[in-house]
Amino acid sequence: MKKLFPILGVLTAILLIYALYQALVVAPTERTMGDVQRIFYYHVPSAWTAFILFFINFGASVFYLIKRNPAADIVALVTAEVGVVFCTVVLITGPIWARPVWGIWWTWDMRLTSTLVLWLIYVSYLFLRRFSSSGETPLLAAALAVLGALCVPFVYFSIWFFRTQHPQPVMGGGGSIDPRMLHVLLINWLAFSCFAFLVCWSRYRLEKLQREVDHAHALESLMDPRGSAR
Amino acid sequence: MRNGYLFAAYAVTWIIHITYLGSIVRRYARLKSEIEQLKK
Repeated sequence: MKKLFPILGVLTAILLIYALYQALVVAPTERTMGDVQRIFYYHVPSAWTAFILFFINFGASVFYLIKRNPAADIVALVTAEVGVVFCTVVLITGPIWARPVWGIWWTWDMRLTSTLVLWLIYVSYLFLRRFSSSGETPLLAAALAVLGALCVPFVYFSIWFFRTQHPQPVMGGGGSIDPRMLHVLLINWLAFSCFAFLVCWSRYRLEKLQREVDHAHALESLMDPRGSAR
Repeated sequence: MRNGYLFAAYAVTWIIHITYLGSIVRRYARLKSEIEQLKK
């Protein structure tokens, strides 16, 4: 496993560079928006990756609620954290794309607002995990994650059910896309998914190690109660 | 000027990811020194 990680790391780095080349050079220039439309190849895959991570967080949280499995709790924490990072990318690249195309940085329409609410839910999830010292924290966090996950399909389908400034979805929506653009989009999604997987993996290892160290500290203070009081 | 927006979006994406990766590396280094302390 230790040898596999650097190999996958190098392969993912090559894939990311290839995806960047595809997005900036190979993908055709969109007729009305011009080159600024290429933000699409980072904005959309980041959103899809964030949604997938939040769904894994949901699955792991449900599993934790049923089985009280500590590994599921770590998976839930890790996917929420990495999902928030990807969702932050979506919330920043979106307005950067909107400014030259719509003439505004932000509008309180259903898709944009629900994405912001989704981000706030998972940020509050991470705050809960970071600052609550109760033994019930994983349980409370799992319950919050289950509620938060309900927001994910709402964000995705909001552009189907409400009139919004945001364009129709690429997959399953009314919008159409040039096959060459779709190809570049899928390459970028694959690259970001591999990257997210590796980040989750290293964060999982870190969290596991952190819990082992916390456990060792607890044992140490049990064996030497005066030492812990200092 | 419009390409400035494209550059900004790509740059911000990688700044966010690299900052987060940096935080993981920092936390890992801190944990390693804690483990060394525990071993003593």
